[in-house]
Amino acid sequence: MAKSIDVQDLDIFYGDFKAVEGVSMTIKAKSVTAFIGPSGCGKSTFLRSLNRMHEVIPGARVEGKVMVDGMSLYDPIVDPVEVRRRIGMVFQRPNPFPTMSIYENVLAGNRLNNKRMPKSEADDVVEKSLRGANLWNEVKDRLGKPGMGLSGGQQQRLCIARAIAVEPEVLLMDEPCSALDPISTAAVEDLIHDLKSSYTIVIVTHNMQQAARVSDDTGFFNLKAAGKPGHLVEFNPTKQMFTNPDSPDTEAYISGRFG
Amino acid sequence: MNAVAVAPSTLAHPRLPRWAPLVVAVAALAVGALLGLILGWGPVAIVLLSGLLYVVALPAWSRVLEGRRAATDRLMTNLVWGAFAVVCVPLLWLLWNVVQKGAPHVTVHFLTTSMRGVFGSMEGGILHAIQGTVIVTLAATVIAVPIGLMTAIYLIEYGRGSRLAKVITFLVDVMTGIPSIVAGLFALSLLVLFFGPAFRAGIGGAIALALLMTPTVVRSAEEMLRLVPSDLREASFALGVPKWRTILKVVMPTAIGGIVTGVVLAISRVIGETAPLLVTAGYNDSMNGNLFSGRMTTLPVYIFNQYKTPGAVPLGAHAADPPGYARAWAAALVLIVIVMILNLIARIIGKIFAPKTGR
Ligand SMILES: Nc1ncnc2c1ncn2[C@@H]1O[C@H](COP(=O)(O)OP(=O)(O)O)[C@@H](O)[C@H]1O
Ligand SMILES: [Mg+2]
Repeated sequence: MAKSIDVQDLDIFYGDFKAVEGVSMTIKAKSVTAFIGPSGCGKSTFLRSLNRMHEVIPGARVEGKVMVDGMSLYDPIVDPVEVRRRIGMVFQRPNPFPTMSIYENVLAGNRLNNKRMPKSEADDVVEKSLRGANLWNEVKDRLGKPGMGLSGGQQQRLCIARAIAVEPEVLLMDEPCSALDPISTAAVEDLIHDLKSSYTIVIVTHNMQQAARVSDDTGFFNLKAAGKPGHLVEFNPTKQMFTNPDSPDTEAYISGRFG
Repeated sequence: MNAVAVAPSTLAHPRLPRWAPLVVAVAALAVGALLGLILGWGPVAIVLLSGLLYVVALPAWSRVLEGRRAATDRLMTNLVWGAFAVVCVPLLWLLWNVVQKGAPHVTVHFLTTSMRGVFGSMEGGILHAIQGTVIVTLAATVIAVPIGLMTAIYLIEYGRGSRLAKVITFLVDVMTGIPSIVAGLFALSLLVLFFGPAFRAGIGGAIALALLMTPTVVRSAEEMLRLVPSDLREASFALGVPKWRTILKVVMPTAIGGIVTGVVLAISRVIGETAPLLVTAGYNDSMNGNLFSGRMTTLPVYIFNQYKTPGAVPLGAHAADPPGYARAWAAALVLIVIVMILNLIARIIGKIFAPKTGR
């Protein structure tokens, strides 16, 4: 079940440093939401606060509300491990587990949590996830080989397969294509298109064309000045954002007249 | 006005011919031998002198012909190789010595009997010492590895940057410097506290060795865990895997090759300890398989004892050495071989568990 996410007045800190300030937005279910903005404005930080990965860093904390399905993620009774199980994440750099084969990498979410399943079911999950990640045809003959032996683009799609194998409700992607060549990028973009029908997807990208191609809604983050916290300048349907943005800053950034 | 003789920017420089080092080496040896013979020196001094001549002469020739940079290069190359040779000589010498003196006495009988009831010129054996070494070292490993590993996991995964972690790191460093005899006395006083003043058993030695091993295990495991990229931990967290399971199933398997290597190196460091075992486990002529009762001999203690009380030279024999000396050398050889095998095993395990790149 894909879920929508409701963020209300979120401040995000690294120790005493406030990295992101006052973000409010509604991320729709079964749609693709893109975040754009200059480097260091807090896109990754914000994304990681949506599945409680932010607090993995020592001293990192959050103030404000993130509501998923009517439940506040940062409620003290909420288990962060459970949250991450429901809200998956793909990172900027592909990071398959080096000790595992392709097959084991896909099943990592299940195996690491000691979920036992019969061989036939495991095979099905692997095939379904790899097909879902557009990788099945390339690796079906070498599932037992190490995941690190794949090319960068294949590794990233393997990580996507690993993330969707646990059937999360939301998939967060932090610049998933920034380390990839154009062909792999196109493959991942196609994939995002296909995944939209069953997942809520949030993607950070440096590439404005990519945001325009894949997303339904776009959020533009910016910094008022160096050392100040990042903030959300504008959040609108992608079409409107790229043709008729509300804010002159957005227009300046999108048309490349920035800074 | 004098014109500059050489074109200012030429890429080509004269080079010494390829046979130059060989010629210089032969010349150095000849000069060295001549001088040595005149002065009546021994062969070692001659070789040293020749080496010194070579190290200086080749760069000097190069300085004249090739220029400053090439000469420096040759001098440094010679010095590095010289240092390497200086390090190798004692090692090879030691090995040669042990093999030469020990190998003839390492027989099947030697490896399969103990010293029980051996006197005079009777042939004894080291089976009880091998048994003791294996048991004591294994017990020490069983004690030290879990403690060391968990300490390392705490330091890297939980305590990063905290005050407690800093204190522990400091204490581990201090522990590294504890003299082994102090560890032995500590283990002894610990056991005496519980079991009375005359208590001697293998377990005391195991505790002392564990004390010496733990800091090495902590240090090497820490280093290995630190090398595991935090990307992998985050990837695991993002799949909804709890932290303890991430450590157990992602971090540890990634680092296990290096950790095993570190453990084996720690073992080979303590396997040769003598003093702490002498005070805790004592010495004994017969087999003793019980870690918790009775004196237990290990190889280093055996060697020490054979050297201390070597027995009398058999009557009528021309050999100058009493039988204990031969046994000591043979046991030393066996100990070195055991350490070598351990190191080999460490390498193999490291290879097997190293993360597969598939390329
Ligand atoms: N682990 C961290 N510790 C402290 N500060 C951090 C950390 N990661 C990021 N920051 C800071 O937070 C701000 C936002 O960074 P980030 O979210 O990575 O930006 P973006 O992804 O938009 O490029 C930056 O000022 C950065 O220096
Ligand atoms: Mg980023």
